[in-house]
Amino acid sequence: MTFNLPSGLALQKVDERIMTLNVGPQHPGSGHMRIIVQIDGDYIVACDPDPGYVHRGEEKMAEYRNYITNIPHLERPVIHDSCNVLYPYVLGAEELLGIEVPERAKYVRVIASELNRCIYIMYWLAIYGIFLGHSTMFMWPAGDRELLIDLMEKMTGARVTHAHFVPGGVRNDLPPNFEDVCLRQVNYFEKRIKEYAAIFYDNPILIARTRDTGVLSRQDAIRYGTTGSVLRASGVDYDLRVKEPYDVYDELDVHTNVMKEGDSYARSKIPWLDMLESCNIIRQALQKMPKSGSVRVKLKPNPKTKGLESVYKRVESGRGSLGCYIVSDGKVEPYRVKLSVPSFRNLIALPNLLKGEKLGNMPSVYWSLNYWPVEADR
Amino acid sequence: MSVIAPKFKLSEFIKSLLDNIFWIMLIVVLVGLPAIMMILFVIEMPVIDGELLTPFLAFTWMADPTRILPVVHAFMATDIFKVIAFPGFGFAALLAAGTIFVERKMLAKLQLRVGPFYCGKFEGILQLMGDGLKLISKEIIIPAKADKPIFWAAPVLFVAAAASFVAFIPVAPGWVVADVELGLLGVFAVIGFFPIITILSAWSANSKFPFIGGIRALFQMVSFEIPLILSLLGVVMLTGSLNLSEIAASQSVFPWIVFLPVGAIVFFITMLAELERIPFDLPEAESEIVAGWLTELSGMMYGLVQLGTYLKLYAFAGLFVVLFLGGWNGPMVVPPFPAELLTGVEMGPVTIGPFPGLPLFDQAMLNGTFWFVLKTAGVIFFILLPRGVFPRIRVDMLLNLGWSKLIGLAFVNIFIALGLLYAGVLGPGGLQ
Repeated sequence: MTFNLPSGLALQKVDERIMTLNVGPQHPGSGHMRIIVQIDGDYIVACDPDPGYVHRGEEKMAEYRNYITNIPHLERPVIHDSCNVLYPYVLGAEELLGIEVPERAKYVRVIASELNRCIYIMYWLAIYGIFLGHSTMFMWPAGDRELLIDLMEKMTGARVTHAHFVPGGVRNDLPPNFEDVCLRQVNYFEKRIKEYAAIFYDNPILIARTRDTGVLSRQDAIRYGTTGSVLRASGVDYDLRVKEPYDVYDELDVHTNVMKEGDSYARSKIPWLDMLESCNIIRQALQKMPKSGSVRVKLKPNPKTKGLESVYKRVESGRGSLGCYIVSDGKVEPYRVKLSVPSFRNLIALPNLLKGEKLGNMPSVYWSLNYWPVEADR
Repeated sequence: MSVIAPKFKLSEFIKSLLDNIFWIMLIVVLVGLPAIMMILFVIEMPVIDGELLTPFLAFTWMADPTRILPVVHAFMATDIFKVIAFPGFGFAALLAAGTIFVERKMLAKLQLRVGPFYCGKFEGILQLMGDGLKLISKEIIIPAKADKPIFWAAPVLFVAAAASFVAFIPVAPGWVVADVELGLLGVFAVIGFFPIITILSAWSANSKFPFIGGIRALFQMVSFEIPLILSLLGVVMLTGSLNLSEIAASQSVFPWIVFLPVGAIVFFITMLAELERIPFDLPEAESEIVAGWLTELSGMMYGLVQLGTYLKLYAFAGLFVVLFLGGWNGPMVVPPFPAELLTGVEMGPVTIGPFPGLPLFDQAMLNGTFWFVLKTAGVIFFILLPRGVFPRIRVDMLLNLGWSKLIGLAFVNIFIALGLLYAGVLGPGGLQ
């Protein structure tokens, strides 16, 4: 029995020296995807990432649900970053439905989104640690993440899949005394993640392993269309929270972390610096937030848009700029929802970064791209 | 409450145990003992100490310490006891099991978690037993295209090599399985077997990830054997002997680590690499090559390799203790054996003893074992600790470290030893 595989998947024998390795989808170092690498001794001569194992048709599903019921399933691509994944969709839906969001809701959204960014980065960092064989760096972020997850649970009622953002604000107001608890937890969290430098980022073995591996130059980073931490690690000062501020980010003082090296080490350090920045933003937002007021505009059941129109909104998620393009034709359901995800853009750089690298660098380069397989497949 | 067995009750468990014990006793008394008696009646019995050995007399002797203790004493002097129980396999396996438990709990404390918790009433102390039962009960899957005889033999050979390594380690004065003149050379020879077994296992699995892992293990072990051997030359020069017992005995005043710290550091690093511990666990790097050369091993074959790995860990720690930390030498902390038991204790009208064959272990041996185990536990602790602190290093960094840095340091150590020797500070046998 023979199968005719598509040309990209066929595993042809090139040379006696070259061995083809299937890293994934059932491999502890790949996530929900496959990386086909060809190695010559210890060196990677070719790499072909093969995503698509967790395609769930989120965009098609969005065409059969109305603007409100789309919310719980559209956050599924990255459940650890669910607020940020929903953010562009909610912004777009508000513009289509013509809703003005209350001031307090905007601050609540910023706080939720920054907390969620930290939760996502902690998860990402845990996996980065275990990919490098550093089991303490797997356990510490996974444990400290609980601090923020508890906060989100108090805020939204769910630990991971919050479905908190709705067109017109957020679903529920903050619980009483939330500001104090949030400030205390975030301060403690910041103290904890500063300790990671001692065990992980200043670790001589880690620096020796990831410095000058998988170097992405500034030109290439722009040319491939990478975004987020990958772009900022290559020396491009680009953060949508500063460049295209949405909601109340223009009233907050957001500092963009940029590193020039463009190697795995810089790409792994930028998200950690982003977490420290997120703690600052949360503290500012807690201070400036109106102490009372409405957090949601009441919507009619099955709200309709005015007619044929489209909107594109994007936000800075934990992985980079995440866009959402909504086309509406005046019905209850959107005509088309398209998510433009950062993971897929960052993955494009992978084959070029891995070519010529050693096999031992594959996990660190791959995961430093801030790639989330489920989001790329959606 | 445990999730795995929700209806578990300790009282019922104990009741079932007592039930079993009752039935075993009943069957032994009603069937087993009469059967033995019948056999003893049929065969012709010898005359011992002027009285005919009746079955009754034979059973009585088994409960008489004055009769049974010399037998036990004689058994403990045999080689089979040394191989199976005390300085050999049993002792090493016990320490290895303790190592696994300590490793799990210690790393758990380091990493904000609790570690094994449910299996066994106290802190998951029976977790290892559960894991062993699981491994034994699992199906062994052999890859279809594997070279089956070699693939089967490799885990057994691995344990055998590790156990023969254990045989060279002297635990207390006179308590060593193989007390050979060229003991250290024997150790090097046994260490040289490990890469061969590893590459045999990896190659015979006929699979890509084990193959890469095996090649990495070969690189690592072969390139670190040279600094390993060189780092021990200083000790050999100063002691003037290759016999491990003599090397340990020569450190009765001070351990060699005081004079050869560079050699000790080099030996410790090469030891980590030979043991495939983090940060040198490239042959088993799970994010790159699944489980390396262990990928295709399943069930108890994997369990045997793990057993061999931890035996090897104990043996290396023991070697470090013998060569650098003074082996069994230490202040006498064990109290002397009560002399009354040797002459007989008068308890009112009855005199108990004297017991020929006592003491089973002399004072020096108990004291030596105590210090040896204490030092070995300390060394094992430092072998385990890097796992919580360091990430894995890369092959090129590993080879660079082994071939340029460690060999250079090992030569520095040899020059230090030569300097001490020619300056007349130290010589064969200790301080001059």
